[in-house]
Amino acid sequence: MPYEIVIGLEIHAELNTKSKIFCGCKNEFGGEPNSNCCPVCLGMPGTLPVLNKEAVIYAIKAGLAMNCRISEVSKMDRKNYFYPDMPKAYQVSQYDIPLCYDGYVEIEADGQTKNIGIERIHLEEDAGKLMHDPNGQGTLIDYNRAGVPLIEIVTRPDIRSPKEARVLFENIKSILEYTGVCDCQMQEGSLRADVNLSVRPTGQETLGTRTEMKNLNSFRAVERACEAEAKRQIELLEKGLKVVQETRRWDDSKQESYPMREKEESLDYRFFPEPDLVPIVVDKTLIKNIKASIPELPGARKKRYINELEIPAYDANIITSDMKIADFFEEATKVCSNYKLVSNWLLTDLLRLVKEKGQDVMQKLTAQKFGELMVYYDKGEISQASAKKVLDIVSETGEEPGSLIERLELKVQRDENLVESIVKKVVQDNPKAVSDYKSGKTKAFGFLMGRVMAQLKGNGDPEQIKRLLTRELKSLME
Amino acid sequence: MNIYSRTIKEINKMLINREIGAVELTRYFLDNIKRKNKEINCYITVCEDKALRKAEEAQKLIDSGENISPLCGIPYAVKDNFCTENIRTTCASKMLENFIPPYSATIVNKLEEKGAVILGKLNMDEFGMGCSSENSFFGPVYNPWNQEYVAGGSSGGSAAALAADLAGFTLASDTGGSIRQPAAFCGVVGLKPTYGLVSRHGLIAFASSLDQAGPMTRDVTDCAIVLNEIAGYDPMDSVSVRKGFENYLDGIDRGVDGIKIGMPEEFFNTDFAPEIKEAIFKAAEELCQHGARSYEVSLPSVKHTVPCYYIISSAEASSNLARYDGIRFGYRNPDARNLDELYKFSRSEGFGKEVKRRIILGTFALSSGHNDKLYSKALKVRRLISDEFKNILEKVDCLVAPVYPTTAFKAGGDNCKDPLKMYLSDIYTAAVNLAGLPALTVPLGLDSKGLPIGMQIIGKAFCEKLLFQVGHAIEKIAGRIIPGVKS
Repeated sequence: MPYEIVIGLEIHAELNTKSKIFCGCKNEFGGEPNSNCCPVCLGMPGTLPVLNKEAVIYAIKAGLAMNCRISEVSKMDRKNYFYPDMPKAYQVSQYDIPLCYDGYVEIEADGQTKNIGIERIHLEEDAGKLMHDPNGQGTLIDYNRAGVPLIEIVTRPDIRSPKEARVLFENIKSILEYTGVCDCQMQEGSLRADVNLSVRPTGQETLGTRTEMKNLNSFRAVERACEAEAKRQIELLEKGLKVVQETRRWDDSKQESYPMREKEESLDYRFFPEPDLVPIVVDKTLIKNIKASIPELPGARKKRYINELEIPAYDANIITSDMKIADFFEEATKVCSNYKLVSNWLLTDLLRLVKEKGQDVMQKLTAQKFGELMVYYDKGEISQASAKKVLDIVSETGEEPGSLIERLELKVQRDENLVESIVKKVVQDNPKAVSDYKSGKTKAFGFLMGRVMAQLKGNGDPEQIKRLLTRELKSLME
Repeated sequence: MNIYSRTIKEINKMLINREIGAVELTRYFLDNIKRKNKEINCYITVCEDKALRKAEEAQKLIDSGENISPLCGIPYAVKDNFCTENIRTTCASKMLENFIPPYSATIVNKLEEKGAVILGKLNMDEFGMGCSSENSFFGPVYNPWNQEYVAGGSSGGSAAALAADLAGFTLASDTGGSIRQPAAFCGVVGLKPTYGLVSRHGLIAFASSLDQAGPMTRDVTDCAIVLNEIAGYDPMDSVSVRKGFENYLDGIDRGVDGIKIGMPEEFFNTDFAPEIKEAIFKAAEELCQHGARSYEVSLPSVKHTVPCYYIISSAEASSNLARYDGIRFGYRNPDARNLDELYKFSRSEGFGKEVKRRIILGTFALSSGHNDKLYSKALKVRRLISDEFKNILEKVDCLVAPVYPTTAFKAGGDNCKDPLKMYLSDIYTAAVNLAGLPALTVPLGLDSKGLPIGMQIIGKAFCEKLLFQVGHAIEKIAGRIIPGVKS
């Protein structure tokens, strides 16, 4: 029986604010355990939260970038549960009135474009981190992360394949990065996703029983977890068994999921409005100002590259998926207007260098110098081999491409008299090759060209050499 | 020189005229505490060294001849649910028996800046839950008027310390009557300010949407003096209100000519001590003789006060007190073998009976399946009560009402054994917290047992000035009552 997969994502993103959500502590990753906390984020008796306005603005920015509506009046609520990483034994979050709601994000997967609904985006605080003593001597707690502002982005169950889930997660990551809302350091946990997945026989209207997999922190993990979970659920149904509603832990290294032992599903969070905070009132001017501060988003940029710059869709997609690359591309094209050339070099040679040597390469190189180099190459002033050589060196040293080309004498030599005299000399010095050519061995032409190019230290213009060599040989044959 | 039971205003004058030194004054109170605290048990912690140091500093300020605050050099004490930097803050609970906060409540800092001299921390019902100050890990507070009787609660220590002359003024908090009722029981003045007028930062939360800090003083003028120093916006408390400075002493002795006083029938039709009823009617009558007019008014929804108050306050308390889990601060059971046991044992042993009762009540009221019928419904009733008060106070300037059905009751009696009876007695006071309004308790003399009778005046939000004005007029009529001094 064919099955349909139904997926919804809940994405947690830490906001890139200067301070924590309710106190003046720095919002920073890492540091000595418990070095970045205060009585407020430790939930000490008598302390009160004060909402960070910047966090509200960032959350609204994310909402607007995902086409959400913004609640003019929303509120914070308490989600009550005991766990040592939560200093107050409740998390301040938003329950029934989220800051942003009813949006969508466009995705393109399996050759189709569709919108995935965003049900809500709400603001909340992060918890601390538990570290279990490897010697089994107990558990240590680091509260540096407690009180870091988070948004939770809840999608509608509009996703129909593991691939779509991955693409949506990628798109949301790019949006968060473009807007500066989140630094998206997934290895540091600043962006993570929970997957809700169910399957149903194709054509059935009602949803199947769903399971949840928590804290997936890579695109690949999301796609693989979805694939494995869909397979597991379908196999259960095929055997006539039932899917149990539960939370599962995905082990990406083993490519398997396990049911979590905690009785999470049965917890009663006893939500109620946070009495220590006043309602969040957002006026239209603020929304307008935030809207104006949102840069061109990846989707729009991609379309512009395809339609206006005539970059192939596949390339445009790769360039825009990472804001740093996209900005680099944009800068470079201000210097060299052969967009396709810049895009080709960026996607092959530059990304190869980044892969080999890391992101620093781009800072050394700069989009300006990369653009200049592309101009030299585009005008035919240097050969492809020289351009690659210059790119390698500049990305190491940061030297100006122009002076480097000068110093290494890489400019293509086009002096007609000089090239002609070299051609004549090469023909004179290689009678064997010439006679081979005459007897119809075309390979000999290539050999002679190579000799000329070598005399020019590789900086010859192949077209010119070809033309002059052909003329010379022809004159000999007459 | 007699300084027994002098007001802030009087002491301030004596300090400025060099009739007494700040250190001498502080020693006077410290000696009183040493002599009488054993019987009254109103102090949990006395900080003698700090008090003397502060007194010396205050004396320097006085000697400098500069314009000093009226509270400079005045010894005061603080209910033990306000955090005080480097001074143990217990909430009268075993849970916080050894808790020393690294910060002070905003209003304590304000008083410190004015040169007031902190004497120590005052006994109370554990976490503010109770009306007799008998629910304390440190033992009950006794009424200075008669030590067989309770001092009221939860701020019993704050009221008793004043009546026994163990402090010049005190700070207290009021969630459902905790300032007004002990003030009435001990014959002192107590103000529950408008919600949001005084910062709650550093006040250990019982029920956040109801808790309000306020002063207890010997007379109404003192109350205005202290409120002048502690009121105002605090960036550390999001619900505190941005408002410019208002001098609460202005017009305090203007009298009551033309003031419209409402007497809510739903309060006066209830069953409470005839002597109290008589005293209030008499006071109202005399106010009318001074130009006020009284009206019978109706607040039909206040009959739902008690269930509404106990659901909301307990719900918030269940969440506010969840942080006492034995992990970061407070009592931790040493024998717990795992996390569940750590929570269970620490909280079972660290909290007293009444606190646990409220946590269970509040957890139940918020739990799914009961929330709609209890918590959510209580929020609607709260809105109703609040609107009725607001509407009535458009028509009259203030309301007068009893504070409690009786004067102080016997210590160790039935009241603690029957929580429901105890809860029902909060009807007059808790409605005011639900509505977020200000209310002032003033003494009206003594009953036949020689125990103080109190009355509360309830006003519009942020109209504390009018309460002082009316309270001042009543004080002139009824006179002050001081233990051991015939009025």
